[in-house]
Amino acid sequence: MGAFLHQVASGLALGGVYAIMALALVMIYQATQLINFAQGEMAMFSTYFAWKLMDLGEPYWFAFFATVIASFIGGIVIERLIVRPFAKAPVLASVIVFIGLSLIFNSLAGWLYGYSVTSFDSPFTGRPWFGAGYMSAHEAGAVLVTLCVLALVYAFFRFTPLGLAMRAAAQNPESSRLVGIRVGWMLAIGWGLAAAIGSVAGMMAAPIVYLDPNMMGGVLLYAFAGAVLGGIDSPFGAVFGGVAVGVLGNLIGAYVVGDEVKLSVALAIIIAVLVWRPSGLFGRRLVARV
Amino acid sequence: MAILEAKGLEAWYGPVRAVHGVDFEVENGGVTALLGANGAGKTTILRALSGLIRRSGEIRFRGHSMSGLATEDIARLGVAHVPDGRGTFVDLTVEENLRLGAYVRADRQGVRADFDRMFALFPRLAERRRQQAGTLSGGEQQMLAIARALLMRPALLMLDEPSFGLAPLVVAEIFRALAEINRDEGVSLLLVEQNASLALDLAGRAVLIETGRVALAGPSQTIRADDAVRRAYLGY
Repeated sequence: MGAFLHQVASGLALGGVYAIMALALVMIYQATQLINFAQGEMAMFSTYFAWKLMDLGEPYWFAFFATVIASFIGGIVIERLIVRPFAKAPVLASVIVFIGLSLIFNSLAGWLYGYSVTSFDSPFTGRPWFGAGYMSAHEAGAVLVTLCVLALVYAFFRFTPLGLAMRAAAQNPESSRLVGIRVGWMLAIGWGLAAAIGSVAGMMAAPIVYLDPNMMGGVLLYAFAGAVLGGIDSPFGAVFGGVAVGVLGNLIGAYVVGDEVKLSVALAIIIAVLVWRPSGLFGRRLVARV
Repeated sequence: MAILEAKGLEAWYGPVRAVHGVDFEVENGGVTALLGANGAGKTTILRALSGLIRRSGEIRFRGHSMSGLATEDIARLGVAHVPDGRGTFVDLTVEENLRLGAYVRADRQGVRADFDRMFALFPRLAERRRQQAGTLSGGEQQMLAIARALLMRPALLMLDEPSFGLAPLVVAEIFRALAEINRDEGVSLLLVEQNASLALDLAGRAVLIETGRVALAGPSQTIRADDAVRRAYLGY
């Protein structure tokens, strides 16, 4: 029983990371109907940025917030310079651009920081004040950080005029432009936000999966499985799906298939959802009137 | 003085030119109706004015050229456009739809006062304030679209077939509100309508569009008295 609870608890911590990444994917998807395959490598690159800052002697939380801000700006720049020119191109062109971006970030990180696996500090030490015995201090801290990110993102979209404008621009670009919303900028800010919350996911994942240029490959796959499970157009579904995939993946990895083939659980979930329930648990079923 | 002037306006849908050099104007504080059959190019003209489609020719609003401006800049200048199909943000609430109308405004108190005025003008919107806008009836969505446009505090309000698909009683209510807005607040109107009789009642001037060209233009009485218009568009 104790081992079981331990698996569930550490699944929750990783699940939170998947949930944040899934949310980043959904944010971009809602605005553009595209999956940003570079989201994981962008987060990995952000995590290296934080590691570099700490390596230079900056304290953890300074590095954390500086990385979030730098990632936000970086996301906006990427959208304006690299993604924007393909806005009217066929979907496949955008997909190629995303794959290219992810390769670029992967190689850039390898070139700048090397391919060796590095440890990444956690700001959470000692015994956690909840879930003790089942969760490490970092896992408990990561759960808390996840909850903070989700609450902030929710409050931003729900209560601020800019958040409302971003939702409007994603839903109905033409009507948004007719009330004066600069839809192009809303997309760029969406990329910035996705990059920023992705960087948090990266920094929370790094102490668990360790830092190397390929660290986010598996994470992105789980996040994608979570987003598909919850419904790719539903932010709430993405968060639920991310956590569910984290816990399920851990349990199946521990009790059914073993850790080595754990990643195929994500693949199996994606395929199963797409076959039996393509709109996911909370997604909107697309009905086209002909 | 004209608040809006179009000279030699041409507009395209993709590679196809649908409007071939149209001249007309909207008087400051006046109501101008664009009349014409289905497919004559009325909606295309409004979309061209708002910069939603490729256009050429001269468009002047309050004396300034807006030929090269993007849609969002035209809106920010004070041109509100209630589009064909009402442009409702269906997943947002009625109140959020209205807040989007006031998105570019900074005067919070003015916005609050305008909310109250809109709820007085269309009491049904006040009742449905927290409801998802996509669940409103067609008439209510039309009212919402007009209220959203008015919250921009426009100098010119362009309406694309506000009577489309609505019951006569609802149409009467909406046109009463439009007359009130024009009379009491001095908002100029550019009205696209297929219901010519209704449009001529409200408008001081009318422009008849046929296959992307101006066929006839003048004061509403003159247009109404024209034999060809009477037979083709008024049906008596």
